[in-house]
Formats: sequence, structure tokens, C-alpha cells
Amino acid sequence: MQISKDKFQLVGTKISEAEKISKPSLSFWKDVFIRFRKNKLAMFGLVLLAILIFMAIFGPYMTEYDYATNDLTNKNQEPSSEHWFGTDDLGRDVFARTWEGARISIFIGVAAALIDLFIGVLWGGISGYKGGRTDEMMMRFADVLYGVPYLLLVILLMVVLGQGLGTMILAMTITGWINMARIVRGQVLSLKSQEYVLAAKTLGANTSRIMAKHLIPNSMAPILVTMTLTIPNAIFTEAFLSFIGLGLTPPLASWGTMANDGLPAIRYYPWRLFFPAIFISLTIFAFNVVGDGLRDALDPRLRK
Amino acid sequence: MAKYIGKRLLYMLISLWLIITATFFFMRIAPGNPFTSEKQLPPEIEANLNAHYGLDKPWYAQYGDYLLKVVKWDFGPSFKYKSQTVNDLISEGFPVSFILGMEAILLAVAFGLILGIIAALKHNKWQDYTAMIIAVAGISVPSFIMATFLQYFLAIKMGIFPVARFETFMHTILPALALASTPMAFIARLTRSSMLEVMSNDYIKTAKAKGLSQGVITVKHAIRNALLPVVTYMGPLTAGILTGSFVIERIFGIPGLGAHFVTSITNRDYTVIMGVTVFYSIILLASILLVDIAYGIIDPRIKLAGGKKGE
Amino acid sequence: MEKILEVKDLEVSFQTYGGSVKAVRGVSFDLHKGETLAIVGESGSGKSVTSQTIMKLIPMPPGKITGGQILFNGDDIVPKTEKQMEKIRGKEISMIFQDPMTSLNPTMKIGTQIMEGLIKHQNMSKQAAKTRAVELLNLVGIPMPERRVNQYPHEFSGGMRQRAMIAIALAANPKLLIADEPTTALDVTIQAQILDLMKDLQSKMDTSIIFITHDLGVVANVADRVAVMYAGQIVEMGTVDEIFYDPRHPYTWGLLASMPSLDNDNKADLAAIPGTPPDLTNPPKGDAFAARNQYALAIDFEEEPPMYQISETHFAKTWLLHPDAPKVEPPEAVKKRMRQLSSTFDQAVLMKEGK
Repeated sequence: MQISKDKFQLVGTKISEAEKISKPSLSFWKDVFIRFRKNKLAMFGLVLLAILIFMAIFGPYMTEYDYATNDLTNKNQEPSSEHWFGTDDLGRDVFARTWEGARISIFIGVAAALIDLFIGVLWGGISGYKGGRTDEMMMRFADVLYGVPYLLLVILLMVVLGQGLGTMILAMTITGWINMARIVRGQVLSLKSQEYVLAAKTLGANTSRIMAKHLIPNSMAPILVTMTLTIPNAIFTEAFLSFIGLGLTPPLASWGTMANDGLPAIRYYPWRLFFPAIFISLTIFAFNVVGDGLRDALDPRLRK
Repeated sequence: MAKYIGKRLLYMLISLWLIITATFFFMRIAPGNPFTSEKQLPPEIEANLNAHYGLDKPWYAQYGDYLLKVVKWDFGPSFKYKSQTVNDLISEGFPVSFILGMEAILLAVAFGLILGIIAALKHNKWQDYTAMIIAVAGISVPSFIMATFLQYFLAIKMGIFPVARFETFMHTILPALALASTPMAFIARLTRSSMLEVMSNDYIKTAKAKGLSQGVITVKHAIRNALLPVVTYMGPLTAGILTGSFVIERIFGIPGLGAHFVTSITNRDYTVIMGVTVFYSIILLASILLVDIAYGIIDPRIKLAGGKKGE
Repeated sequence: MEKILEVKDLEVSFQTYGGSVKAVRGVSFDLHKGETLAIVGESGSGKSVTSQTIMKLIPMPPGKITGGQILFNGDDIVPKTEKQMEKIRGKEISMIFQDPMTSLNPTMKIGTQIMEGLIKHQNMSKQAAKTRAVELLNLVGIPMPERRVNQYPHEFSGGMRQRAMIAIALAANPKLLIADEPTTALDVTIQAQILDLMKDLQSKMDTSIIFITHDLGVVANVADRVAVMYAGQIVEMGTVDEIFYDPRHPYTWGLLASMPSLDNDNKADLAAIPGTPPDLTNPPKGDAFAARNQYALAIDFEEEPPMYQISETHFAKTWLLHPDAPKVEPPEAVKKRMRQLSSTFDQAVLMKEGK
């Protein structure tokens, strides 16, 4: 092998070059997005979710029938070109009621998740940030509430507070926020000792500024996942409560109340139960797989 | 170990006292409750309630009476039906619910474990994907919807199983399946992730380096360690089966405690709601204690440390 | 001396999310009976992957042996099936891992963990295996072995656990023991005890040892020969004396200069090697070490250096040994220890391609 002599010049390190060679680093959210997109099940869930939300918004306008109008001459009609999902025992259009129910279910889910988020971030954030005795007391309180079986407590609260949309969300969120508070607290605890927060503190930033500017943005990932998984839980709880007769009052249509009304007639008019039942399941499924997909995409342990 | 159990029993009693107290005051503030003065009750029921709770006495005396009666395992009369006591309801309904619940727990644990272990051993293969899609579906379909589907297709349409009631073993299969579906899915997911974590541990590599076969490693080294987190799920599992029974028993017309509880809610039968809630809480707390003891038995690190997981 | 192991041009890669990582890129070495070979390198240099590949312990997939041979007693183990490997693992070749805290099963008695191998490979009865387990615990210096055999790992200290690991590894009298950083996780005083124990047992059992470490200080105590690995390749290999007193590769210089030692005077600072190892999904052109190498030549960035032979036992893969290369001075800390070894050839000889 012949190599020209000038190749043997001493040139020394090229550290900057070494860095240049390595593959371009992706921004965190872009990386998350790429990973999420690769997850077929999660993408399927996302598409399903988009369809369900679209139908919840526009579904009720697609038919000329109103969800609350009785039509006793047309009770218990089978699904047909006239009534796409059939009618119920009061002659109300099941298609219109189903999408009205979608609105309520998604509203309850999102509302519960937002309230949980609000209380949880506040509670967990303060608890983790203050530390010491405050933290101890706030978390003890949360532990006591958490020890009570969730559905049993919600049932009792509904009995005490009376039925309705507002009381239902209230009953769900009374213990629902604890999970979020714990996660936020854990994040805050691990983040607050890190250098950039310390640096901000030395520069004289006050507590609320540090929280808003540094801690919360960095805790986004686990918070987002918890929220996505709170929504299906709330949707399930609503359906469950309505199904045991503690839900919304007529003429409001929720999937739980529709299923509850449809149950006695399952043998002869199964569509009255099946349409709300299928959509409850699909919605919970969609939120669950999107939440799982997000968690997997965000999990830094899987980052390579 | 004895000291540990004693300590846990004490905590359990404190939690129970909190629950009883909370329930009592909840029922006092509920609209149309038995403790208000302007009630319109049949005279026999009013007499019963008076005798039991001393409704003419101040609230703290009523509360004291209630605590004392609960300690004596006496939950008092029904608020709606004169001839019935809460104790009657429990002794009549609970055995039925218990059989159903046990069957469901067995199903959930057996199939959940099998599914989870297969998924972990065939990680990222079609078996894994199939098992996990089954699991997500199990989590997403609420038990009462699973129940109606099973009832409609397998009982009403195909006639393989009886539609309702609780008489023979065949009657128990559909409700137990419906009750088990969600916890089974949870156990499958938990087992899978736990197995995957255990399988990535160094001691699995040690076992492999010894020349043990994959089968022996899975059975003797992986599964036992992977079971630990699954055992901790048994507490929430019991709670899930219990609340699930409220709706499942109603759908299948099973005369269990859950069905009675739902009826009492619909009727606003406050004393029954109160009594059954306390009873359920006892069951749950006891099962959580049992789970903790079981955990101590399968994890040698806990037995000696006396409660806390320690090095 | 009888060759027990011969690794030829071994190549291992891992399929990952970001592409295929070429963790081992053409590694060749051999090992004689009763000899100790140390493999030294930074984390990610491929030393652990190389050693685990010898027992086929790397997870496959994502891992894959893409080329080369591993001859154990003249028999290539690369094409062997899992079933065939089970007869080799634990019986012919054993392994000790880095962290004794995690490499023992926490819910199984120490005795049972030792007995498993005995029952599998030596067809012992449970009773006989247990007696042997007690003997082995005694052999590795664990007091009251009759009682210890029934205890769980969490009842052992770190050093005791590593002794137990050694007992497990030696249970079936293996011909080759691979120790993957066996002392890294231990206190310094315990480290010395474990090293002494290993040397002692080696002389008793005539086992060959491959000793993986990132700590050159440990190497001097235990090894007969040393292989220095960088970016999935062996860059220098020789006897302990050759590596410590006559190193030729700038990476070895860097390692030696960054090694704290008692006879370092205070003025000579510990020198760190700048930068980080290259990304092996896409290994750089030329010499993988070039970018971090203060002695890099222009050709290092274009052409991979060949292996040069400096003595019967000493090899180095650097262009600095080319006759046209400029004479460079190693760092102060290394120069101080350099001495002329009698076995060195007059001039470095270019090795033929393929070795």
C-alpha cells in the first residue's frame, strides 16, 4: 500500500468534528411525535377519537329529529333509513340521542380531567415545592382520601348531593385529583433540586415565577398522560352511575342513562342498549390507546 | 410478623372508624334522611328506628349508639321495609355475591396471568400484540356492557347459557366472566410489564449463564418475582369485583348484596346504604390486609424487615 | 500451551430504533489454558458485548453475530443452538457479573442458586448438591456456610454476594471464567479480597479467565495479557508489561495517563481523554479514535489503520507505527514509565490483512 508522505502530518484532535458526525438531535416533542406516529394502535385510537369528536359536534345536526322530542306513535322502531339507530320507548331518535350522549360523556371526561388537573397541579405543586411539614400534612390528607374505595365514595356523594351533571363532576373530582397531585409532586421534587431551578432562584425569581416558568413546563409529559387516562375513567364512572340510577335526569341523554333505559328491553329492542354501549366502549378504548401511546412515546427510558 | 399484623390491624381499625363516621354524617346531611324530624314514615318503621338509633336523642348520642351497634355487628333496621334488618340483607345476599366474586377473581387471575406471561415471553411477536389488544379491549369495555353483550348473544340469541338468576353452575358463568373481564385485562397488562422488567434483570442473565433452559428460568426465576406487583393488585381487584357486582347482579337478576345495595340506593333506603357501605369497607380492608400478609410470604425480603421493604 | 479459546474477526451488531449499532467490529484474540486476559475499555467500547457473545448471552434479537468465529476447544460455538449452548454455559464457560446486588435472584436461597448448576450439569442429587454448595461457599471464604446456604441474597453484604456469585460460577469446574467488571461495584478493600480470591481459585482449578474492566489499576494485579478495546475494536494487545511499560497506541496512552497512581507526583495532573466515543450506528471513516486523538495524523481521518506487530505478543492498530509517521512523544505520565523491553522487534511489522 502506497500512501503519500504528507498524509502523515500531525493534525491533532478534532472534537468539534466528532460532534458534527453524530446524528442530528431531534427536539423532544418532535421525537415524541415521530414515536407516537409509529404506534399503529395509538394512531388508530387518535383517528377514532377524531371521528367521535366530529360526530359529537355535528352528529345531532345530521338528522332532522331532536334528541328530546317524544313521538309516541313511533316507539321502539328498528334502525331504518328514517331513524338510523332506531327509536326508544318514547319514540325519541336514538341517533340524535347517541351524539347528544357523546357530547355529555366527552364533556364530563374533559371537565373532570381539567378540574383534576387544576387541583392536582396546585396541590401537588405547592406540596412538593414547599416540602417539609406542609408537604407532609398535604400528602397525609391525600392519602386518607385515597384509601376510600373510589366508586363507593362517589356513590355515597351522589346520594348525598343529589343527581345532576354538576354534582356528578363534583363527586368524581373530590378524590380524582389525588393521582394528579401525586404525580405533580413527584415531578416537582425531582426537578426542584436541578441546577436550572437553583440558578433561577439565585437570580431572585420568586416562587410563582419559578413554578410557572420552569417546573410546570418540565412536568408536562406525565401530566398529559395522566389527563388522557383520566378522561376514559370519568366517562366510565358517568356510565356506571347512570346505569345504577344515580346519573343524569331526563330528558338529558347520556350513554349511561340510555343503556340503563335500554336494559329491560334488551330481548326485543337490543339496539336501544347496543348503540350507547358500543360508543361508550369505543370512546374509552380510543382514549386508553391514545393515552398508552403517549406514555410510551414520552417515556424517556425508551429513547434511543 | 405478629407485630406487623398487629400494627396493620390497628391502622385498619382507624380507617374503618373514619369510614363509619363519614358515612354517618353523609347520611345525616342527605336530603330526606331518617335523622331529620319532619319525616313521614310508617309508624312501625319510626318505632324501629327510634328504638335503634334513639332519634329523639341529640346527634352525638345517635352517633355513639351507631358506633356501638356496629361494634356489636348490628346495622339496624331498614329505613323502607319494616320487617327487614340490614343484617338480614347481608346474610342473605352476601353468600351469593361471595361465590360470584370468588369465581370472577379466579377467572381474572388465571387468565390474566396466562395472557400476561405469554405476551411477555413472546415480546413484540404476534402473540404479544394479540394479548395486549385483548387486554386494552377488556379495560375499555365496562363490565356492565360486557355483561349485556354476553347475555344477549350467548344466552338470549344462542341459548348456550341461562339468561338470568342464580341457580346452577351454568348460571354463574356469564356473570363471572363479565365481572372478570376488566380485572383480567389489568392483570394481563401488569403481569406482562412485570415479567418484561424481571426478564431484563441481571439475575435472569446469571441463571442463563448457569446453563438453565428458558423454561426453567421462566418458571423458577422469572414468574415468582414477576408475581409480586400482581399480588399488590389483589386489593384494588377486590374493590373492582365488589363495585362491579352492583351492576352485574342487576343485569343477571342475581339476588346478591350488590343488587340489594343498588335497590337501596334507588329507594334512598339510607340505613341500608350506610350498613352495606360499612360492611363493604370491612371486606375491602380485610382483603388488603390479607394481600399484605401474602406478599410477606412470597417475598423473603419483607418477612424479616418487619413491614418495610428493606435491604 | 494449549489454546482454549480463539476468537476470529468477531462482529456483533444490535438492531435499534435509531439503526444498526455495530458494537463489535472485527475482534480477534486467543486465550491459553490457565491464562488471564484482561479486556480494557470505556463503557460502550464493546468489551462486555464481546464477552457475553462468547457465551451467546446477548439478547438475539436485537443482537446478531454478523461475522467471525468463536472457537472453544477448537469447536465453533457461533452456529450452536440454544440447547447445545445450555451444555456449555455454566459447565464449560461461566460468568460473573458486575453488580452482585442485582445478579442474584432476591427470592431464592443462595444455596438453591448454587445447586441449580450442579443438578443440571453434574446430575447430582439434591442432597449431594447441597453438600457441594456448602463446600463451595466454604471455598470462596464465606464463614458458617451451613447456615449461609439457607439464606437469601439480601442477608449477604456486597462482598459476600460477589463471593457467592463466584461459587455459582465455579460450581461445575468451568474451563473458562468470564468476569465482567466483578469488582467495580464493590468497596476498594473488598475489591482486593475478591481479586485475591479469584487468583487463588484460578491457581487451584487451572481455569482460564477473561477479565473485563475499565480500570487499568486492577489489570496490573490480575492479568497475564491485556487487550485494549475502543469503539468495538481491539486497538492494542500485549502482555501486562508491554501495555504498561511500552504502550504504542495513543488511546492506551490516554488510559494510562488518566489512571491515578501513588507514585504520580502532584505536578502531573490526571489527563482526561477529551470528547466522547463515536456513535457506532455510523462509525466514522478512518480511525475511530482520530477525532479525540491529539496525535491524530491526516491519514487517520481517511484510512483505517492496520494492525502492527511490535513483538511476538504485542500488537497495536495505529498509523503512528508506519515508517513514514512522525516520531511523537507520549504524555509525560506515560513517558516516565516507558522502558525498553528485550522482546521488542527492531521495527514494527505490518500484519497481513485478516488478523
